[in-house]
Amino acid sequence: VFITGIEAIGRLSRIRCAAVDLTLSPAEEAFRDELRDWLEANHPGREPPGDDPAFEFRRDWQRKLYAAGWAGVSWPREYGGRGATLVEQAIFNEEVVRARTPSVANVLALAMGGPTVIAHGTEEQRKRFLPPILSADEIWCQGFSEPGAGSDLASLKTRAVRDGDEWVVTGQKVWTTFAHHAKWCMLVARTDLEAPKHKGLTYFLMDMEQDAVQVKPLRQITGESEFNELFIEEARIPQENIVGGEGDGWAVAITTLMHERATLAFGLQVSVQIALRELIESARQTRGMNGHVATEDPVIRQELAQLLIESEVLRLNAYRGLTAIMRSGVPGPEGSLGKWHWSEVNQSLTETAMRIAGPQAMLAQDSWTYRFLRARANSIEGGTTEILKNIVAERVLGLPRMR
Amino acid sequence: MNFEFTDDQRAIKRTAREFLEARYPLAAVRRLAEDERGFTDEQWAELVELGWSGVIVPEEQGGLGLGAVELIVIAEEMGYALAPSPWFSTTSAALMLQAAGTDEQRQRWLGPLAEGDARGTLAVWDENSGPTPDHSEVEPAADGTLSCVKIAVPDAAFADFVIVSGADGRHYLADVSDPGVTLVAEAAIDPTRKLFRLELQAVAVEPLEVASEAVARAYATIVTILAAENVGVAQRAMEMAIAYAKDRNQFDRPIGSYQAVSHRCAQMLLEVEGSRSLCYWAAWALDHEPETGPRAASAAKAYAGDAGFRVPASALQVHGGIGFTYEHDLHFFLKRGHANAHAFGDSRWHRDRVADLAGV
Repeated sequence: VFITGIEAIGRLSRIRCAAVDLTLSPAEEAFRDELRDWLEANHPGREPPGDDPAFEFRRDWQRKLYAAGWAGVSWPREYGGRGATLVEQAIFNEEVVRARTPSVANVLALAMGGPTVIAHGTEEQRKRFLPPILSADEIWCQGFSEPGAGSDLASLKTRAVRDGDEWVVTGQKVWTTFAHHAKWCMLVARTDLEAPKHKGLTYFLMDMEQDAVQVKPLRQITGESEFNELFIEEARIPQENIVGGEGDGWAVAITTLMHERATLAFGLQVSVQIALRELIESARQTRGMNGHVATEDPVIRQELAQLLIESEVLRLNAYRGLTAIMRSGVPGPEGSLGKWHWSEVNQSLTETAMRIAGPQAMLAQDSWTYRFLRARANSIEGGTTEILKNIVAERVLGLPRMR
Repeated sequence: MNFEFTDDQRAIKRTAREFLEARYPLAAVRRLAEDERGFTDEQWAELVELGWSGVIVPEEQGGLGLGAVELIVIAEEMGYALAPSPWFSTTSAALMLQAAGTDEQRQRWLGPLAEGDARGTLAVWDENSGPTPDHSEVEPAADGTLSCVKIAVPDAAFADFVIVSGADGRHYLADVSDPGVTLVAEAAIDPTRKLFRLELQAVAVEPLEVASEAVARAYATIVTILAAENVGVAQRAMEMAIAYAKDRNQFDRPIGSYQAVSHRCAQMLLEVEGSRSLCYWAAWALDHEPETGPRAASAAKAYAGDAGFRVPASALQVHGGIGFTYEHDLHFFLKRGHANAHAFGDSRWHRDRVADLAGV
């Protein structure tokens, strides 16, 4: 053993290895530069106010990206993607945030629905569903959570009953972002009442354009309505719209959630860095305790430094996660760590912003007050911190299950 | 872009782990902790044979001529094993000599350091100094001799020379065998690293060059080594907590099945992996992107400084009463993690430095 050690050190001294290589390869740099140039030349400007105009603006922006070959960067070329590597996809996610472009219209389909169809769908489904996702002709929403099934998602009660070549679905979904714009809903419903709760679920793509589906906006603590409730009364879904097999809904849904946590990590960490830069800038213009500028208030300075450090951790962990995905092909449970950590960092960031704001923190006119309130959802949406800690404890650390 | 070790580096890491596991089981660590010297000549000779004493010493002087990345691969494993060794102090001295030693000083000492024929250490803390590691009021007398007191100097009694920090970022090299040098063993909170009070009485010293950028990089490398040690320390403490949480039953269930315990363990993983990412980044930057190096190193030191205490402290809570006994090994990790957090600038100081370097 020790001889090997010496040999290994000897080898090391001859071959100077780059253990951790955070530089981009020439091809990756070329990709980034091309993208940066394109974004600079084609930036659509600011979103118009109002939900519908803003959404149409995002749809136009996505179409522009699609026409130039920038939608579905890592998706296979045969379905309209760019066929690029995951590193390039990550670079893309970082650069669009850095360039402060508007969001695209079909966020959920691009981040979650598409990758799920690529992983579990049939060839017909890929050909049918993927291109209109990229072109933003068909918007997707996600029907997972129910009023009675939040963290315990597998206990969901929305029921699908077979009727010939169709399924008849009845139930209620909640927190469905973009439901009022969506053509398709990633719907998980119970198809087998006898099976154990994780086994009796099936993953459907439900057409939202039918009277049996009613969408009702949900008003949140910020005052706006990003989310909806979905009331489903005997909606019909053809058999061929099952993704994965009948009864495989849980596994397919997990793929969707893993993709949500892994891919979104890149954009999220950049948005934290941008918000932090803005916050530091505004702290320079604000008075702290004892009349100092806020950045020279020692306590605020410590908080800002800690946020700078934590935002580096988010960035580095996102890259480490990517290296792991490239090796294994699928995002692992480590993604849970990133989403949980991001929510904590983003919440602390907005809390520091409120401390910097002083008496302004009582007023609701500042964009920071909006972010401060909106951040409260970060540790709930896409998996609560408590559920993510369970996943980390059980699936990464191998601790015994709670139940 | 790649964020993992190459096969070669994984081999180093694995063999370092195996070597240290075989030579430093916790029973041996405990014996060395209670021993005045804390290491044997045979143990040192083995590290020298592995090349660890001369990782950053240039090849023409008998070292391996490697960089920060290789140092942290070893440091993480040293922390994981909690191996008591003058490796850290000698490596710090080598880094400082390399950065600011005169040609003659480097010729005289670097070769013997790498070959294992000499050891050095670095004395930064004035008596009664505040938490600022780069501030010293030590100045030589008109005749060039130095009289001062430095505290918490690691492994000074086993070193041949000591580099003493002084006012205005200057450093001086003193021969430990000089009759004006007095060393008093201090009662260190971490018994696996021996600390000494160093008193100089009119000692003839040699100034090092004033090379502020190179010196800053050397300090940045030193704190990255400590951060990497804390990654190993925290990793080991976390593993002990997880093993205990699976094994220990209360109310007829393993305590790890309670979320109050399992979520605590998940939090440990978050802090361990965050520390590790920052250390890899800092080491990479020190080797390849020098303008980022000091900021990354301070980020790593601040974060891993916190984690190096918090993770073992949390692991102690998981262990309950047994974790508070001297008989259990966990407290050695808590103490090393804590001492590392305060060596060469605490987390508060390094955060302030991150703010400075990021232009806040």
